[in-house]
Amino acid sequence: MSASILELDLRALSGALAAREVSSREATAAALERIRATDGQVGAFLRVTAEQARAAAAAADERAARGARLSPLDGVPLAVKDIFLTEGVETTAGSRILEGYLPPYDAAVVERLRAAGAVLLGKLNMDEFAMGSSNENSAYGPCRNPWDLARTPGGSSGGSAAALAARQAWGTLGTDTGGSIREPAAFCGVVGLKPTYGRVSRYGVIAFASSLDQPGPLARTVADTALLLQAVAGHDERDMTSSARPVDDYLAGLEGGARGLRIGVPREWLAGGLDAGVEVRVREALRRYERMGATLVEVSLPHSRYGIAAYYLIAPAEASSNLARYDGVRFGLRAPARGLREMYQQTRARGFGAEPKRRIMLGTYALSAGYYDAYYLRAQKVRTLVRRDFDEAFTRCDVVAGPVAPTVAFRLGEKVEDPLQMYLADVFTITANLAALPGLSVPCGLHPEQGLPVGLQLVGRPFDEATLLRAARALEREQGPLPPPPGVA
Amino acid sequence: MLSLEEVRRIAALARLELSPAEETLFAGQLSAILDYVKQLEALDVSGVEPMTHALAAGDAPPLRADEVRPGLPADRALAAAPARAGTSFQVPRIIE
Amino acid sequence: MAVSDHDVVLGLEVHAQLLTRSKIFCGCSTAFGAEPNAHVCPVCLGLPGVLPSLNRRVVEMAVRTGLALGCSVRPRSVWARKNYFYPDLPKGYQISQYELPICEGGGLDITVGGAEKRVRLTRIHMEEDAGKNVHGLAADGSSGVDLNRAGVPLLEIVSEPDLRSVDEAVEYLKELRRLLVWLGVNDGNLEEGSFRCDANVSVKPRGAEKLGQRCEIKNMNSFRFLRQAVDYEVRRQVEIVEAGGRVEQETRLFDPDRGETRAMRSKEDAHDYRYFPEPDLPPVRVEEAFVEEQRRALPELPQARERRYVRELSLPAADAALLTAERQVADYFEEVLARHGRTPEAAKRAANWMNGEVARLANESGLAPPSWKLRPEGLAELLGLVAAGTVGGPGAKQALEEAFRTGAAPAAVVQEKGLAQVSDQGAIEAAVDAVLARSPGEVERYRAGNKKLMGFFVGQVMKEMKGKGNPAVVNALLQKRLEG
Ligand SMILES: [Mg+2]
Ligand SMILES: [Zn+2]
Repeated sequence: MSASILELDLRALSGALAAREVSSREATAAALERIRATDGQVGAFLRVTAEQARAAAAAADERAARGARLSPLDGVPLAVKDIFLTEGVETTAGSRILEGYLPPYDAAVVERLRAAGAVLLGKLNMDEFAMGSSNENSAYGPCRNPWDLARTPGGSSGGSAAALAARQAWGTLGTDTGGSIREPAAFCGVVGLKPTYGRVSRYGVIAFASSLDQPGPLARTVADTALLLQAVAGHDERDMTSSARPVDDYLAGLEGGARGLRIGVPREWLAGGLDAGVEVRVREALRRYERMGATLVEVSLPHSRYGIAAYYLIAPAEASSNLARYDGVRFGLRAPARGLREMYQQTRARGFGAEPKRRIMLGTYALSAGYYDAYYLRAQKVRTLVRRDFDEAFTRCDVVAGPVAPTVAFRLGEKVEDPLQMYLADVFTITANLAALPGLSVPCGLHPEQGLPVGLQLVGRPFDEATLLRAARALEREQGPLPPPPGVA
Repeated sequence: MLSLEEVRRIAALARLELSPAEETLFAGQLSAILDYVKQLEALDVSGVEPMTHALAAGDAPPLRADEVRPGLPADRALAAAPARAGTSFQVPRIIE
Repeated sequence: MAVSDHDVVLGLEVHAQLLTRSKIFCGCSTAFGAEPNAHVCPVCLGLPGVLPSLNRRVVEMAVRTGLALGCSVRPRSVWARKNYFYPDLPKGYQISQYELPICEGGGLDITVGGAEKRVRLTRIHMEEDAGKNVHGLAADGSSGVDLNRAGVPLLEIVSEPDLRSVDEAVEYLKELRRLLVWLGVNDGNLEEGSFRCDANVSVKPRGAEKLGQRCEIKNMNSFRFLRQAVDYEVRRQVEIVEAGGRVEQETRLFDPDRGETRAMRSKEDAHDYRYFPEPDLPPVRVEEAFVEEQRRALPELPQARERRYVRELSLPAADAALLTAERQVADYFEEVLARHGRTPEAAKRAANWMNGEVARLANESGLAPPSWKLRPEGLAELLGLVAAGTVGGPGAKQALEEAFRTGAAPAAVVQEKGLAQVSDQGAIEAAVDAVLARSPGEVERYRAGNKKLMGFFVGQVMKEMKGKGNPAVVNALLQKRLEG
């Protein structure tokens, strides 16, 4: 039974729970067993909250028996990145500086998942403070790609994507600051959506770069992704950057197909620097769209080539300020010290890993006296230009399509020595963050030689997640599911 | 190229104790990144408004009403404190 | 050269706590005086994951204050982070405003030594307060951190360096404090720190154009300390300049025990706060209609009211100043005027009683006008009795005291206690005759030229009449009998 439960997608499991063909306790037990059996190899979870999950499952079953299910997610086992605060459950953001930290409150999205009746299995591995593209910057050890355990699952939401590929959970939440949902989703062959900036509350999400961060769902199918987004999207009074706009019904038009859709193909995204096998799959996906009745339109995003440079000024600048609160005074690690200054310096030296230190240094430099105009301010102006490119493109198309990453999942250790090379992995995803637009990664087949998943990226108009999901669903239906990942039995 | 002295100044401002090895490593890596971001200088951004806020003006939510809401009892507020004295957070001596 | 050969140049930065119920970015109470960390939540503790949620009332109060000070209000102002490490600053940055503050320009008129002067304002911005470090908490010298005050809303009001003496500085502060309290945005309490000021002090040779290097002085929680600190700092700077040295720009702390200022070690990063726009808060947008609404809600301001009392009611300046020191007193006075009349005579009578007996009783009771049992209509009633001669000074005082204590109607008190004065010719004549009859010696001496004895006769008659004789009638009759 349990093996077959694991093969159900989220929507199918939800249906089975509603029909009481399966209980939440069975699904939860199956997931916990799967985690026990596979996570020694994968390392997707930093923490498994088995007891709480079983209790939540029992409560969900009791509601189902009364015919009082709270939502389609009621009783469905999910997991969240360790960047989301969970009341009374250790939350570290992958950092030593928060080791053992028990938050006194739940993140807004965690609150919403609980209110929907979801069962939370635990906290997922990630790059420290979401800084990274390979999950190798986790202070608690790397996470591995279920397609090939020698490779990274991508990052920073590596655990969120790997857990899905390893069939350990039916849906997960991640965060995306420069591609941290979409890149791991592409590397692990699952669907990942970074919503429009402001669509999902950031309250209770450990901040990396406040003007770029956005939480979002990952799942095995597009419909599952839509279901999760539906549960977490919407205004939150505690986050003034969360929009008060009404939330669309993401499932209503999901099967609308691609007919009549105008798909913009940025000329700059299929130029040089792209792995040939990745390009093959991306072009193939575009042809599928044409066959389904969509129109391909060539568009230009001339400023996207400046994206990485702008991003690596803005994100570290904001991070240097956001990470100032880790000072050893109110929570988290405190190093023994004789005086106050030494306490700050030692605590932060011991608590932060190399990547946060590097970015704190870079950001502090970019903001420090005399450099603000040349660096941070200039980068924010470039951001405006990047956004204008998209606005211009969207006068001629409904979504923009292209690759998620220049390559498939790379090998662990391949880029750790050269931070700049690692940063370049985000070249296609970063522009959606800079422009505050929704971006989605949907599998578009396996690399012809390497046999690893390739993702197609779709970027939409502000708050038009519904169109992205419909377009992604059309492709998913047309090409059929990927085979199961061979890395874990 | 970022000098070691500059690296030390930044580290002090950021309250990071760096080892000599880290100072050298960061001087090199930060210089490489700063070289890379130099390409932004090629762009003419005169007259361009900075996008310091990602949420469009029209999407900003209404402001909060001035109402008192219950916070955390002192015991929960201090539960994660590395050191406390009574209901205060305790820190090494502060010299003003 | 000496201190007197130098011009003192002062600019003040006032931090005024706004009288909101909740903090600026969270729902915690702003109440003062609780146990450490009794009014905190994840937001004002700066825990991981929290975000600021702006209190609408703070914007209203900032705009209202700006309008009262003649500032221009920015339709779009921007929050900024001011980054520095200090235990009382939970996030490692203060959310403040930097390049684009909510109000700019404007000014405040002050009068010092009879001369009126306008002190220009640079700007007004909104920001959050820090918590409080408690020094010497334990035997090892460690400190404590209390975050009850962290996140209490502040207005920072920055003046141009237009002040030329410590007297001007004190007058400016008093005037500003009166206005903020009048507007209901601040409680004016210096000791509790809800109205604080930092001073930028520099000196230059008398008449020189160029300003000297300035120092910022902190921690002056009374007007007396402000005087001491500025005087000390001026002397210190003059000594440096005269010795051929250069004043270093720095932040200095006033030590009230020693009466000195000294450089603050905790401010060593002060030259590099790494300000940048706060990404967690959208810019504050203030619509024209909102500004107009706030403008309409402004009360008549204290200086305008004070000037009007002199101009329209012909009150002496000192009376007008006393009546407008506090808005509640001034509003009470207005209600008395509305019933008792606005002629110069009526106004003067009302002012005398307000600033005299009523002020004395209020002081003794420690109550503010809204809690006085004597309502304005009661005082007006009493003033009417005084004006009509129904009750004399001593009787009126007695009635006022009773009415202030119990809230009884003064007319009823006068009646009940028999405080009305006697103006009846016959009764007064009888008393006068009795007194003259038993004081032949005094009558003799008076008629021989000792006119001072009139006081003696009046006193005797009043005594005879148990204090109720109408003094004017008594005087007239005595005059008539003694001179006639
Ligand atoms: Mg200030
Ligand atoms: Zn609070």
